Amino acid sequence: MFENAALQIGLFIALVTAISVPLGLYMARVFAGEPTILDPALRPLERVIYRVCGVHPEAEQNWVEYAVSMLLFSMAGMLVLYALERLQQFLPFNPQHLGAVAPDLAFNTAASFTTNTNWQAYSGETTMSYLTQMAGLAFHNFVSAAAGIAVAIAVIRGFVRRSARIIGNFWVDLVRATLWVLLPICAILTLMLVWQGVPENLSPYVRAKTVEGATQVIAQGPVASQEAIKELGTNGGGFFNANSAHPYENPTPLTNLLEVLAIFSIGAALTHTFGAMAGDRRQGWALFVTMALLFVLGAAVATWSEQSGNPQFATLGIDTHASALQSGGNMEGKEVRFGIVDSALFATVTTDTSCGAVNSMHDSLTPLGGLVPLLNMQIGEIIFGGVGSGLYGMLVMAVLAVFIAGLMVGRTPEYLGKKIEAREMKLAMLFILIFPALILLPAGIAVATKAGLAGISNPGPHGFTQILYAFTEAAANNGSAFAGLNANTLFYNVTLGAVMLFGRFMMMIPVLALAGSLAEKKAVPPSAGTFPTNGAIFVVLLTGVILIVAALTFFPADALGPIVEQLAMLRHQLY
Amino acid sequence: MAERKPAALWEPTIVKGALINSLYKFDPRIQARNPVMFVVEVTAAAVTLILCVNLFQGDTKLLGFEVQIALWLWFTVAFANFAEAMAEGRGKAQADNLRKTRTETQAHLIRDGAEMVVPATSLRRDDVVIVRAGEVIPGDGTVIEGVAAVNEAAITGESAPVIRESGGDRSAVTGGTTVISDSIKVKITANPGETFLDRMIGLVEGAERQKTPNEIALSILLAGLTIVFMLVCVSLYPFALYGGTVLSLPVLVALLVCLIPTTIGGLLSAIGIAGMDRLVQHNVLAMSGRAVEAAGDVDTLLLDKTGTITLGNRMATEFIPVGGVEPAQLAEAAQLASLADETPEGRSIVVLAKNRFGLRGRELAEIHANFIPFSAQTRMSGVDFDGRSIRKGASDRIAAFVRENGGEVPAELDSIVEAIGKQGGTPLVVADGPRPLGVIHLKDVIKEGIRERFQRLHAMGLRTVMITGDNPLTAAAIAKESGVGDFVAEATPETKLKIIRDEQAQGKLVAMIGDGTNDAPALAQADVGIAMNAGTQAAREAGNMVDLDSNPTKIMEVVEIGKQLLITRGALTTFSIANDVAKYFAIIPAMFVVGYPQLQALNIMRLATPQSAILSAVIFNALIIIALIPLALRGVSYRPLGAAAILTRNLLIYGLGGVIVPFIGIKLIDMVVAALHLA
Repeated sequence: MFENAALQIGLFIALVTAISVPLGLYMARVFAGEPTILDPALRPLERVIYRVCGVHPEAEQNWVEYAVSMLLFSMAGMLVLYALERLQQFLPFNPQHLGAVAPDLAFNTAASFTTNTNWQAYSGETTMSYLTQMAGLAFHNFVSAAAGIAVAIAVIRGFVRRSARIIGNFWVDLVRATLWVLLPICAILTLMLVWQGVPENLSPYVRAKTVEGATQVIAQGPVASQEAIKELGTNGGGFFNANSAHPYENPTPLTNLLEVLAIFSIGAALTHTFGAMAGDRRQGWALFVTMALLFVLGAAVATWSEQSGNPQFATLGIDTHASALQSGGNMEGKEVRFGIVDSALFATVTTDTSCGAVNSMHDSLTPLGGLVPLLNMQIGEIIFGGVGSGLYGMLVMAVLAVFIAGLMVGRTPEYLGKKIEAREMKLAMLFILIFPALILLPAGIAVATKAGLAGISNPGPHGFTQILYAFTEAAANNGSAFAGLNANTLFYNVTLGAVMLFGRFMMMIPVLALAGSLAEKKAVPPSAGTFPTNGAIFVVLLTGVILIVAALTFFPADALGPIVEQLAMLRHQLY
Repeated sequence: MAERKPAALWEPTIVKGALINSLYKFDPRIQARNPVMFVVEVTAAAVTLILCVNLFQGDTKLLGFEVQIALWLWFTVAFANFAEAMAEGRGKAQADNLRKTRTETQAHLIRDGAEMVVPATSLRRDDVVIVRAGEVIPGDGTVIEGVAAVNEAAITGESAPVIRESGGDRSAVTGGTTVISDSIKVKITANPGETFLDRMIGLVEGAERQKTPNEIALSILLAGLTIVFMLVCVSLYPFALYGGTVLSLPVLVALLVCLIPTTIGGLLSAIGIAGMDRLVQHNVLAMSGRAVEAAGDVDTLLLDKTGTITLGNRMATEFIPVGGVEPAQLAEAAQLASLADETPEGRSIVVLAKNRFGLRGRELAEIHANFIPFSAQTRMSGVDFDGRSIRKGASDRIAAFVRENGGEVPAELDSIVEAIGKQGGTPLVVADGPRPLGVIHLKDVIKEGIRERFQRLHAMGLRTVMITGDNPLTAAAIAKESGVGDFVAEATPETKLKIIRDEQAQGKLVAMIGDGTNDAPALAQADVGIAMNAGTQAAREAGNMVDLDSNPTKIMEVVEIGKQLLITRGALTTFSIANDVAKYFAIIPAMFVVGYPQLQALNIMRLATPQSAILSAVIFNALIIIALIPLALRGVSYRPLGAAAILTRNLLIYGLGGVIVPFIGIKLIDMVVAALHLA
């Protein structure tokens, strides 16, 4: 069993490494405007887009202009999506004649897709028309991912540029992220998914007679293309309610591997983009290795915990041991075709990043196995992370690590030769502060109010975990459902929608300001006395700071949820 | 005396003063400057208030426990106050030392040509005073007339008198020093209370201390963490309520105070004051804390060759005879030619001849000699007596002299001269009439231990640049011998300014030390400019530090002190944050033992009771401040290693140590608490 898990996780991280390096270097070229292999096909299209939209690609923006462009774009997109949802009954491509989406749910969904969260308080197949899915949701799957990448690239520019005020042009970065990065990879991925049996059509739902003579409605739709961007853009919003556990979304172990690879690929590649743009590839590797370490740690704990299963079963005489005939462990909420390792791996990957797609029900994970996804998100989705947001989140943590321990080399802290001073610290702390505030305060309100408590489906610590998980995934823009929580209520639609918006934009703005502030600085050339941020010590330090900051912030809350639940489970206590 | 003796760490008078002063610091207006400790004080007050209310209502179930919590919260504030007061007290002790120099003196003021006696305190800028032998100089100023020997022991501790004269680079005098010979006219340059001594006293006492840039940034980090932990504690109340546990205010506050970085928060200002204090112990006065911090960040050191790397002057080190001349013969001729030469070079020739060949300088009178002084035209000097005419000088001039007297210059001589030049030395050729005798090798003598110092500096990652007016050949040879990283030859005073600007354009911080008026622009431009106390008033005004010993190598200590200050700050920050891990393991299981008894499994320290666990964590949190006061005041030990090595070492000690120590500490305190039945 151990060999199986080690082999799968090891193979996976090896593939991530192999994909991320060339992809990262490619992205560095794309965003520097250097020639790439796709230019002959895409340059003319790009020029047309700029002409139509009135973008001057050579005019770069300072951080304020960049942030304003990004905000305006996101706000407009959110409004359009809201309108689409509310008016879908009058619009084409609605073969099931689905009615207008309720206002609070429409707001929640618009916020969710605009922020790359893809939290779904609804079932796709019974709520959203094909038009809403494709022109609304899938559109946002692309552009929210592209906006994330754009901001990350702008932030990198801020970190590496010297004595500069400008950090790129948002519109150019957005277009290039979409055309050069997301679309081509999605095209390939879609074809591979179709080959594996994922449908791609606009047909009405199929009615089938089952063996027992009952009628079953089988949903159809343009699944494969949506599936590709769902993973690649770390969106996670499934075409179907069952998400990647649904056989039409994720039919085989091979598609499962492709999907987890797609989820990590851009987040991992951006570390190398960062290294290449910083002119020191080892800077990128340091971040990559830190992320990989944290990933392996989480995947190992989750797999071990799921494989160990629930001791209650043993007392009932149920065999939960792994054998040639069964994967054993805790199979509740998991698909047999994936088994323990692929389910635990998917759960880890989807919460390391801000993806939130699921191929098993996280509500049914063992408490410790469920703590891993929760903690992954509480760390701030920086383990490869959401496309773009993972990298800039990690850069803020790097700034924090450098600041806390950097003084110990006898110099005021610096990162990439830039001095970290009061202004940078203020912005970094703002970024770090907002996140727990968005989780702990609303969760506190939810557990203290009737409206909040009404949503939970289990009493005791597990119910608390459901609420904590919901606000964590919303603030982290993850969107994975712990399930169990009935979130399609006015209270949760509004609070979670607001938390998602704050969790995206209130963190993007300080990080862009940080980039703007760093861009203006001179860089001190490194010497033997400089704090090294490209070696093993830094990896250890950064990992330590990330774990300690997250643990210190969330330990009390987690102790009252998954930790107490795990301890209770081990003692055969039920609630 | 190069160093002032620091006061003993727990010097009773300082401790006593600090105890009293720490009481004043309970004033919330003073606490508000330190967000972390302000939170502790406010919450301590809130807990105390709640206790009083409970008492009135007769709710005394856990009174003993809660009273103890409240007490230790107050102690936490008191200990932080005490740490700051201790640092200030030590600064004050230093300041008092400085202040002793300013005894009430009388000044002889010259106004409208007349001299009148006034108290020193009534002097204003631009007043002119006359100071005679035996009198104390009444204030900071510049010598405008005369030359005098001045005893500056009062300031530097150095009893050997120094020369102060008008014009040139030795014109500044400091109030409180004593003229021991002759008399000088001094133009006063500072109003009373504004002399640099006054400014310094203010700075070491902490009264004028402003937060330095890095301290501000660190305070932001600490305030940010404090807010995060407040969020944690505020949200924990409803979370706990969900599970059926009602958390009391004292317990929540105990958790909060344990989590927020009180250790570094309480010691931060003490560390800063102690850093200034350490500089003063090295007889360096910094004009601002910012300069001390910048010293740690310095990337490039500009060092004058003369006085810093080499002893002030060239010295004769060897006699190399030519054409079969006996070495002793050459030495004797060289000595004779130098008897009247009062330059340091000339004296070194006499001394070398004496040491090597036992030749004693003969009495000038007894040989009836006619001395030929050095002149810019002839570029040689010497002596005529007994019909001999001995000359020493530059090789081309002596060659001409030999030929004029009908002699021949052997080819051997040229090669020796060339070889010496290549080694960076200065060849002085000696001839006796038509006969060339040989060459004296004059060279710069590298200060002892300078090589090791450069190795230390380079290990720290600093670039060292030697500035010299010498030609490139000489400069290269000295650079090689001394181990300095880089050199700039044929430098003019403007060169320094240019180098500083070039380095700064690359983002580097530059430190330099200087004394002359023409150093002033460079001192002002440098990020750390150390002026020598013996230098001009202009230099002292331009720099941001003054070295009272006027020792150019002091710049290296300054850099080390700067680094030590930053390391101490970083080490205690890391330690403080790492400490929190253990506190969670103490407090969380204790808080929820009723609602969730399973969490007892997290009580890995096996603390006796929930109350003793919480109390022990709070006590540890308070006592650790006291325990770390010596470290804050003395600074973390600093070794000049590369950044990676220092970081690894400090991460192990303060990071890993910071995780482990509180587990042990809290357990021990818990055993005591349990043994005494305190909770």
